[in-house]
Amino acid sequence: MAGWTRHQGQAVALPRANVDTDQLIPARFMSASRAEGYGRFLLHDLREGDPDFPLDRHPQASILVAGENFGCGSSREAAVYALVDAGFRVVVAPSFADIFAGNAVNNGLLTVATDQARAILAVLGDGTLSGTADLAAGTLRIGDFDIALTLPEAVREKLINGWDDIDLTRAHSGEIRNFRDRRKSDHPWAFPST
Amino acid sequence: MSAPATLLDKLWSAHEIRRAADGTSLLWVDRHLVHEGSHHAFGALRARGLPVAEPGLTFGVVDHYAPTRHRDRIEDASIRVMIDRLEANTAEHGVRLFGLNDPRQGIVHVLGPEQGLTLPGLLITCGDSHTSTHGAFGALAFGIGATQVAHVLATQTVWQAKPRAMRLVFEGKAGPAVGAKDMALHWIARLGTSGATGHAVEYAGPAVRALSMEGRMTLCNLSIEGGARFGMVAPDETTFAYVQGRPYAPKAADWDRALEDWAALTTDAGAHFHAEARFDMAEVAPTVTWGTTPEQALPIDATLPDPARLTGPQAEAVRDAMDYMGLVPGRPLAGTPVDQVFLGSCTNARIEDLRAAAAVLKGRKAKVPGTVSPGSMLIKAQAEQEGLDRIFIEAGLDWVGAGCSMCVGMNGDLVAAGKRCASSTNRNFRGRQGKGARTHLMSPVMVAAAAVTGTLTDARPLLEGRV
Ligand code: SF4
Repeated sequence: MAGWTRHQGQAVALPRANVDTDQLIPARFMSASRAEGYGRFLLHDLREGDPDFPLDRHPQASILVAGENFGCGSSREAAVYALVDAGFRVVVAPSFADIFAGNAVNNGLLTVATDQARAILAVLGDGTLSGTADLAAGTLRIGDFDIALTLPEAVREKLINGWDDIDLTRAHSGEIRNFRDRRKSDHPWAFPST
Repeated sequence: MSAPATLLDKLWSAHEIRRAADGTSLLWVDRHLVHEGSHHAFGALRARGLPVAEPGLTFGVVDHYAPTRHRDRIEDASIRVMIDRLEANTAEHGVRLFGLNDPRQGIVHVLGPEQGLTLPGLLITCGDSHTSTHGAFGALAFGIGATQVAHVLATQTVWQAKPRAMRLVFEGKAGPAVGAKDMALHWIARLGTSGATGHAVEYAGPAVRALSMEGRMTLCNLSIEGGARFGMVAPDETTFAYVQGRPYAPKAADWDRALEDWAALTTDAGAHFHAEARFDMAEVAPTVTWGTTPEQALPIDATLPDPARLTGPQAEAVRDAMDYMGLVPGRPLAGTPVDQVFLGSCTNARIEDLRAAAAVLKGRKAKVPGTVSPGSMLIKAQAEQEGLDRIFIEAGLDWVGAGCSMCVGMNGDLVAAGKRCASSTNRNFRGRQGKGARTHLMSPVMVAAAAVTGTLTDARPLLEGRV
């Protein structure tokens, strides 16, 4: 996955709370190969039959502003793939579900939890606002709204460098091996032999 | 003496290999369970040319796409390919697979405990949000996404920020026809679907102690529907009795050592919880969801909310959910006609759940069609030995094989658009059981009551004199 430091794009509103992962990508699409692209599955059943759906009115948008508890439900990372493949780099909401937020970082998608999301939604209405996320400066600006990003350093670095953790972790393989040996002698039942 | 610790603290420190500067922990994973959804992760591993670090601690299960009927000929190629891929990936990496034709096959969160793979004190991950189920044993168990699954496969470790500790205490004694499902829907209705976000929930109190392992698993399973990635119950005699003798459980001298270790897995008196809530079982009735999130739940004798009496986004959300569900505001919940029933899923398809439903169904006929899918093939065999299958079949319900089935519909077991299903599952999201499907979540006894009356109905009168 490619990293990014600065992103400039159009923000669009999805004024719903509890947008769950079954909405973000219905289960029936999850056997598709990622190479085919998951963007067309994004919010599939909500969009279908609604020509006014915000995302279809503004297909170029790359910053999504939504209601609280965004991404609740299953651990399916495909929900993040659908957003990323549809061109989104940033999601702003009052709150996110834990697993979704973790999956997002691993795919270069910035999630910004802020109470200002409600005010931004009100200003956005059916339209768009231009937005800029700057990971180096730690700022997000949407229209006239300024939001300070409070990212843990590791998250910021991951997004900027497009790292996945496997390399980072393998640098600690000695420590991991020692831990394993200790665990095996203290808790032999944790290593089943059947 | 060290400061009083919570069960979470003890489990966390026992698995922490190191802590990064930002506070994120690198944790050792004792058990990694993979299902068909792992294909992205195995693909990532292949792309980097890495092996599975600990094939002996990794276990594969066919469940999400498992056909519940006609297993010998899967006609849908997209389903066949998902199962074939898991078979190929586990074979390639030397990972044990509980495949479609294994007599032990079942839903990952049913099979793990049943085989003794799930034990107190272990850290268990799986690419499925209901992994919290295993916390019922006093394990640290949580769902992870595909990138993390790849990471666990490659390193047998996972990076995770420690959640805050939250305790939910249930006082008193459950009334008739009230069980773990009702307790879960009750707290989620009170605290909301994000009420426990960022927290690990420890369930405590006499009503939790009184639950069987099956009940504790149901309770922990639904933690994620209240936002908690972790749910747990401190292990006790009930736990040890369940675990002893299971195929992968410790034996002989190891068993004695393990018991000693497990006895310490409790929250110390005076330990600090970031949040705590108490519930009185006298207030927990048989509970049913009416809307499109698990927090939209009510006691069966309640009336539906009326958006006209609410304001702002709340009114909007209620109206939206009522619309989708095809319900009339202000009407009683009981008496709502259903089109079908489903008894299954990792939430409520264990032997105790099947027995409870059978107690209502015995000698009665279902007024609507329905499916009963046991949580595993071993449970299916046990139910058949007890004659429960006859009760379901004579009531007119389909008795099928084990898998996720209509919980998520990936195997083609779907609820048709506009149809209303009384379901023992865990998610009533729009389209969860099929596009346009209307799902009401409830306990197995309440599903059985819906079957025999054809409506959402209070199971209590139907159980009188039967339990
Ligand atoms: S039964 Fe449903 S909730 Fe449980 S693992 Fe399967 S799909 Fe997930």
